[in-house]
Amino acid sequence: MKKTFTQAGQVFTEFAVHLARISSLSVRSLYWIFVAPFRGKKLRWHLTFVQMVRIGVNSILIVGVISFCVGLIIAMQAAYQLERFGAAIYVADLVGVSMTRELGPLITAIVIAGRSGSAIAAEIGTMKVAEEIDALKTMALNPIGYLVVPRTLAMIIVLPCLTVLADLIGITGGFVLAVVNLKLPFIAYFNQTADAILFKDFITGLIKSFFFAIIIAQIGAYQGFSVSGGAEGVGKSTTASVVSSIFLIIFADLLFTMLFYSTL
Amino acid sequence: MQKPIIKVRDLHTQYGDKKVLKGLNLDIYPFETFVILGRSGCGKSTLLRHLIGLQKPTKGDIYIKDNNFVTASEKEKGQMLKNFGMLFQSSALFNSMTVGDNVALPIREHTPQSDSTIKIMTRMKLGLVGLSGFEEFMPSELSGGMKKRAALARALAMDPEILFCDEPSAGLDPIVAVGIDNLILKLKKAFKMTIVVVTHELESVFVIADRIALLHEGEFIFVGTKEEMKTSQMPVVRQFLQRVPDDEDMDKDKYLDSLVGG
Repeated sequence: MKKTFTQAGQVFTEFAVHLARISSLSVRSLYWIFVAPFRGKKLRWHLTFVQMVRIGVNSILIVGVISFCVGLIIAMQAAYQLERFGAAIYVADLVGVSMTRELGPLITAIVIAGRSGSAIAAEIGTMKVAEEIDALKTMALNPIGYLVVPRTLAMIIVLPCLTVLADLIGITGGFVLAVVNLKLPFIAYFNQTADAILFKDFITGLIKSFFFAIIIAQIGAYQGFSVSGGAEGVGKSTTASVVSSIFLIIFADLLFTMLFYSTL
Repeated sequence: MQKPIIKVRDLHTQYGDKKVLKGLNLDIYPFETFVILGRSGCGKSTLLRHLIGLQKPTKGDIYIKDNNFVTASEKEKGQMLKNFGMLFQSSALFNSMTVGDNVALPIREHTPQSDSTIKIMTRMKLGLVGLSGFEEFMPSELSGGMKKRAALARALAMDPEILFCDEPSAGLDPIVAVGIDNLILKLKKAFKMTIVVVTHELESVFVIADRIALLHEGEFIFVGTKEEMKTSQMPVVRQFLQRVPDDEDMDKDKYLDSLVGG
């Protein structure tokens, strides 16, 4: 019994330490992005653009394909239920609202966490192992300003864009099913979708994706910096970055959905 | 007497309960090549990490030209670091950048020079270490010795007053290692620099050093010129110079005990 409590205590302390360190890293990175530029510190846009291409442009295809499939899937599940009531046209509402409010931001964030969050962790981790981070510090370059900020900024810009794309393609997926399979008229489905999606649905999705972007970049960077002990350490941190950012994304999603559900 | 450029006063460091540095005092004077010699694990790398600000000591002070480096703010530290060059044991070149960009990075970040000026400066620095024409190579395309040279060019990019070298010839074949030693000597003549080298390689020590400090179990047991070191009668110094291994004899009973965990 005592042992269980001790273990639980240790796990909790470890978790609290991680949380404190991640928060401190996030506060410093967000300071560099949103406050420091007004105090005469330059943002490194050339590095940010490189990251925007890596994180954003290079993931368009995978995000597109996955959100198209998800759109099809929800449309089929919705049609399965709604056809029984002769209300197949409401598939448009279900697909539209669930894509913009929920699945667009969530699916994009999970794909990018797996693709780019892990890459951030692996890159920074390898740099740490090869003493490159120390080299930056001895050149009086702040690793947060030089490495974390361009990645975080790129993520904050690119993830909402990808989310909009995922929303549109997911809705198109539902559209294809409705027209081809359910034989719904094109115009009717289009109008139904346009009526169903409110501006706030769209905006709440984007707000979520802004915070998901911060989570992915910060967890990736944090795991990268906490690498110790060579190649094996890099592997461990990369895995940990994916697991913990997906967990945090879903947890944050729950909080935001609760907030938006009860207030908006 | 000249004023020291680096002053270390009563420097203590411990990891947990293990004391690594036990109250070090050290003066390094301008324009000398100072070698910190010691066996693996004696604390010399830790000392170097303190000198370049990668680690904070548990207790004690480091003064760079009378400015306290340990208590300096991030900004002051940044200013001091710009006068340092550091050659890492693993070279620590940025693997995602070309050799030219590696050398150009500190100049680009810390000075308002135009791109064409930076290009010329980069070429000059690479020429200095015998790597002209390698600007567009990636670090992974270079041999170990060339990486060291490129890293040296990067360390010199900002024309530092103090150059720190961590095991400059470690992992290199003897001929390339002598090449690096000679390069350090040449640079010392060409630039007015203070050079601090941490190493355990005796051959290179007697080539490059003006003064030597021997670090043993976290304390300096000898500080002096190379002639003084050669004639020193201190047992640890003699052991080091004559490459005598430690006694490995162990009491038979003790050995058995250590095996069965008694």
